[in-house]
This record gives sequence, C-alpha cells and structure tokens, in this order.
Amino acid sequence: MKFRALASTCAIVAFAGVAANADPADDTLVINGEIPIVTHTDAAPPYIEGLTEQYSGWHFREADTRAMEQDDFDNPGMLGVEAAAANWNEVDGTAGKACASCHEAPESMAGVRTQMPKYSEAKGTMMTLEMYINECRTERMGAEAWGWDDAAMVNMTALISSVSRGLPMNVAVDGPAAPYWEQGKEMYYTRYGQLELSCANCHEDNYGNYIRADHLSQGQINGFPVYRLKDAKLSSIHNRFKGCVRDTRAETFKPGSPEFIALEVYVASRGNGLSVESPSIRN
Amino acid sequence: MAKDVKPRVKVPGTAAAGEVVSIKTLISHQMESGQRKDKDGNLIPRSIINRFTCDFNGMNVIDVALDPAISTNPYFEFAARVDASGEFKFTWYDDDGSIYEDAKSITVS
Repeated sequence: MKFRALASTCAIVAFAGVAANADPADDTLVINGEIPIVTHTDAAPPYIEGLTEQYSGWHFREADTRAMEQDDFDNPGMLGVEAAAANWNEVDGTAGKACASCHEAPESMAGVRTQMPKYSEAKGTMMTLEMYINECRTERMGAEAWGWDDAAMVNMTALISSVSRGLPMNVAVDGPAAPYWEQGKEMYYTRYGQLELSCANCHEDNYGNYIRADHLSQGQINGFPVYRLKDAKLSSIHNRFKGCVRDTRAETFKPGSPEFIALEVYVASRGNGLSVESPSIRN
Repeated sequence: MAKDVKPRVKVPGTAAAGEVVSIKTLISHQMESGQRKDKDGNLIPRSIINRFTCDFNGMNVIDVALDPAISTNPYFEFAARVDASGEFKFTWYDDDGSIYEDAKSITVS
C-alpha cells in the first residue's frame, strides 16, 4: 500500500510524512470464541485483476469496533437477527405459512449467503437474497413483498447470513452469471458523478489510505448487512452502494435496480474466499 | 409505550470468592431524544430509558442516570466484586413509567 501510494503521485509523496499509519490492522477475528473468520487472504481470485490480496472491511476499523464483532452479545447487529428469528416463526400471508413451515430452523439456511447473488434457472434472472426472500413471501406464503430496505427485510437477510458465518464466499461468475458479472465489472471501473470517481479509485487503488477522516476499505461485502454505528441500524448492500454513488455526487441507481444487482454480483466475487461475517459492524 | 423493548444481560455463571467479574447489559430501546421532528414538522415526544440500576444481594452495584444524548440500545459493561453466591438484579426505568427487569445468579465456588 505504501509503495503504491508513494509511486502514484509526487503530491502524495510530499504528504506521506503527515499521513497516519493507515495500513489494515494486523488482527484475527474469531466470533464467540468458536467461529474463525477468514478476513484476509494472500491472493484474490484469478479473475480479479486489481487485487493481490483480500481484506475484509473489518481490518480497516478501530480496535474497539473490531472487538464488538467478536462476541454476539456486543454486536448490536444481532438485535436485528433476533427480531428476524421471531419473524421466521410468524405466520404471514394467505397460505398460512411462516418461513419455518418449509425451512424448519434458520440453521437450514447455512451456506445460502455464500452463493448470493445466484442465477435462478426457474426465473431466468439473477437473484439476490432479498429477491429470494420476496419470492418465498409472494409466491409461497401469499404475503406482501417487503421493500428492499425495510427493517424486516434487512433483518431477515442478516439472520440468513448469520448462519453462514465462517463459510467462504463462493459466488458463481461464469455460466449464466457471466453477463451480469461483466456488467458489474464495467460499472466498477466506470467513473460516476461530478467527482468522477469509480469504485476502483477508492477501493482498489487507495484502500488503506484515508479519504479525509475515512479509512478506505476494499469495499468487500462479505459482512453485509452491516450494523453501521452512525445509523444505529443494519444496512443492506444496495443501500451502501447507493451511499457510495451519492458521495461521488452522481444520481444514484435504486436499491434493487438491475444495475445494482449486476454490481453486487461483481463486488461479491471480489470477496470470494473471505468468510461470511454478517452482521458485521462498521462506522 | 416503547416498542420491542428487551433487556439482555451476560454474567458469568461461576466465580471465585472475591473475584471481580465483568457484567454486560444491553436493552433494545429506540431512545427517542425528544428533539427530532417527524415528516410533518411535529416534535416526536421524548421516550428514553432514564435510569439503570444493578443490585447484588440487595446491595447496589451501579446506578446510572441516562439522558437524551445516549444512543439507541444502551449498553453498559461494568465490573463487580463477588464475595458470595447470589443474584444480580437489573432494572431499567422507562420515561413512560415501564420498568424492565432481569436477574442472573452467580455461584461462588
């Protein structure tokens, strides 16, 4: 990181002495003393040209924020998981079913999050976890679809993700996923907004550096939904995408839009190999 | 009446006599400050937990006054010396008069 920062422009060289040590924290994450989490790898997947190693966003947060994630009691994201666990058993809709009617315990969902988003042969389209949940609600439960960023939806994605903690992200990038992945990659390297920033400008070229007071991460989504301390609530992947695009002073895409779904496919694949960490805690 | 209020506490089950144990508590509560406005510009009334206490065998361990600047889902972590087996009693006081309680026993070996 240092080398890249020094090599890129002389302006940065001039200020390098001023910058605080901003390297990712050298630390390991074990949740509840029993779930080891892979938060760092020495090699990115071969189809990710821009990364030589992967870091979960956990490495870029302060020690006290990192510590909150090591025990579920300290993790306020688990409040959302608990709320969803209650919802899991609650009958909703005209079919008189709850999630539990078909899926039994939430633990039966272990491994689901690692493959999201996943192409659905039946639907002929790329589906995120939110879309699978709504498919269940509308087609099998006869219930109303949840909005993408409804608390109930974000909590449910947190519950389903939490039972996959420790399992490696493994999103398909080939076969029917290939066109979505290509579109997402195209977006990742496209400069948006008045500030003309692409995702890669911050999260590939400058992770580990500070952008004003923010410590830039690799923008990995293995910990989503995340509990953001500044919002005091869980936040979805697309909500975070929206925030990033907005910060480039662009008109953003909507959560659930085809653009963000494609971007999610690509960004998720950048984290293939990292453990699912959701619900994680970030600033 | 505040919604979805649920207290949680974490206390070790056993301790040596005279040991200082770490206690963690959290209550899910929206902690509405009373300073925010809704979409129509009306003030949202204050609704917070205003006091939290912990007692051990009738003796007070901690007594906290909470004010509106405290964030949602207030979390307290504190230490207590345990000389004998007994019960920690936790009490949260809501602005609306509700009282939420929880208790955890500890055995001194």
